[in-house]
Amino acid sequence: MVSLKKLSEKEELLAPGHRLCAGCGASIIVRQVLLAAEDPVVIANATGCLEVATTIYPYTAWRVPWIHSAFENAAATIAGVETMYQVKKRKGEITRDIKFLAFGGDGGTYDIGIQALSGALERGHDILYICYNNGAYMNTGIQRSSATPKGASTTTSPAGKVIPGKRRFPKDLTAIVAAHNIPYCGQTSPSFYNDLIGKVQKALSAEGPTFLNIISPCPRGWRHETDQSIAMAEEAVTCCFWPLYEVENGEWRLTGYSKQIAEGKKEKTSVIDWMRKQGRFRHLFTDARKPFLDSIQEEVEREWENLKKRCGY
Amino acid sequence: MIQALSGNTAVAYAMKQVNPDVVAVYPITPQTVAMERFADYVADGDVDTELIMADSEHSAMSCCIGASLAGGRVMTSTASAGLALMWEVLYVAASNRCPIVMNVMNRALSAPINIHCDHSDAMGARDSSWIQIHAENVQEAYDNIIQAVRIAEHENVRLPVMTNMDGFTLSHATERLETLDDQQVQKFIGKFKAIYPLLDVDNPVTYGPLDLYDYYFEHKRQQVEAMELAYDVVKRIGQEYGKVTGRSFDMLHPFEMDDAEIAVLALGSTSGTARVAVRAMRQKGVKVGLVKLRVFRPFPKDGLKEMLKGMKAVAVMDRSDSYGAFGGPVFSEVRSALLGEDVEVVNYIYGLGGRDIRQDQVEQVITDMSTVAKTGKVKSYVNYLGVR
Repeated sequence: MVSLKKLSEKEELLAPGHRLCAGCGASIIVRQVLLAAEDPVVIANATGCLEVATTIYPYTAWRVPWIHSAFENAAATIAGVETMYQVKKRKGEITRDIKFLAFGGDGGTYDIGIQALSGALERGHDILYICYNNGAYMNTGIQRSSATPKGASTTTSPAGKVIPGKRRFPKDLTAIVAAHNIPYCGQTSPSFYNDLIGKVQKALSAEGPTFLNIISPCPRGWRHETDQSIAMAEEAVTCCFWPLYEVENGEWRLTGYSKQIAEGKKEKTSVIDWMRKQGRFRHLFTDARKPFLDSIQEEVEREWENLKKRCGY
Repeated sequence: MIQALSGNTAVAYAMKQVNPDVVAVYPITPQTVAMERFADYVADGDVDTELIMADSEHSAMSCCIGASLAGGRVMTSTASAGLALMWEVLYVAASNRCPIVMNVMNRALSAPINIHCDHSDAMGARDSSWIQIHAENVQEAYDNIIQAVRIAEHENVRLPVMTNMDGFTLSHATERLETLDDQQVQKFIGKFKAIYPLLDVDNPVTYGPLDLYDYYFEHKRQQVEAMELAYDVVKRIGQEYGKVTGRSFDMLHPFEMDDAEIAVLALGSTSGTARVAVRAMRQKGVKVGLVKLRVFRPFPKDGLKEMLKGMKAVAVMDRSDSYGAFGGPVFSEVRSALLGEDVEVVNYIYGLGGRDIRQDQVEQVITDMSTVAKTGKVKSYVNYLGVR
């Protein structure tokens, strides 16, 4: 368990004054991640909200070395930085320990960046890749990605008279990453800062590539009030749409609240209730679309049961 | 030392002697053998390099950018579709002023797929703010790589350099090669000097911010100035290299131009064929010369104007086309450089997809230029040489 008091004494490495929206999950996630890191870090950032809103030239919000190259190559970019570090360390030109992080949104990670991510994981670079997953291309105006939840209305999967928003479930990227047999990967949520910070610390202490998929509420895209972000990212966990778990050296484990649900210590909430609070699902709450809505609840249940099995329940 | 090396082996050997910190690469014909030989050097511990065998050329160049900005010497190699796949990040490398050296074994672009030489890959990247040097033979390819390290890393330049050589024609040709000792190479290139490295965690820097209409234009203008400063740097390093090796280099290499009335301009291995043709036509009494365009970026506009003014006709050989344009890319630039001069410039597009260019074809071009010189009339400004 991390101590809030101790964390509050650490210097914030993402400076205030950046231009992310009120209620944006990304900056909350980045601050938690940077509080978790004990060694100095170098960060690569994929194109996206976090990148554009923190570095409008001639300003930067980053108090750590930071590089943005392109949309699809954050993993390859940080792999290059880390490789240079390994050479310099071997030659004795650098002696201190440095950690290497990449941040990408779901568009830059699930979609256009998945090849570079897969390559970097397979090659075994000592990096932590973090996907801040807000479930669409929010930066460019809420276009669907392969992380967009089923039923969500986005500008490229709009809810129309015939089509009820996005028709497919997201791909299971965390499982795809786990299939690379890397030392550590998992899912977490900024609403459970202990879980998030603990996982970042585990990832950074592992040798080799590690990955965290972090749900990141977006008031603009999810259509909720800006003061509801943390509640939204919490309920995503309690309804089992976004379970907290980790895969450490091939062992799958539920963590925190999700573990307590699996063990009967906490109540599972309703996916439909979580969806009701977000405007992106508003069109589903009609009699005609009830079967579609119910199918989402069923699919979340089925995925949750599968995950529980993988985790030994 | 004198060795017999193929183009690919010579590239790997030059890279071994440079001993870069990081090489990130993806295999593609016809440069794969260069990477295989370099991987051998890594496997045998002959270099200190960390080799990243990337998942694509896009990732390879992205790794190069990260590694370069981390603060060390970085090299790579590619060809054709590989260079095309890098297109987006070529600009990122140049704009972030990464002194990366990349060998390109020039090869045609798809479709249809073709593994042989033309220059459509390099010409597709001509606006990316990379310095482009073209080799006539394997010796020059070797020499260019060593000079490229100095040019790229020069404090007035800090731009990536692409050393081009013709795929198969040079990559798979074995030549007698004069190589330097490892120590001579190390002395010539010197130590890498990192500027604002990412690994300096005590002095954090932000690379690649969002840069809008209030600053972007100035940053692009700085690249223009770096390219302009590169003219002098390329020349000086070419001369300095000559002091070490006896082989001096410039932007333009003239042959029999002193009293020439007509000229042929070529780049790459075709310069060698053209030289033989010029020599043969000289024996027939034709006052023809050859200008080898060694450096395409920065384009040596002033030197070219000086060298070609007073010519009655100049044939420009282009090994790529620019579909829908008025002639190939080299033609457009040469003609533009000669604006205001009373010189007829005629374009010959040749050798696409590796089709051979023969001595007799270049001789025919020279004969055509003699006719233009005599009559003052050009039948066609853009011609396709050797196409059925």
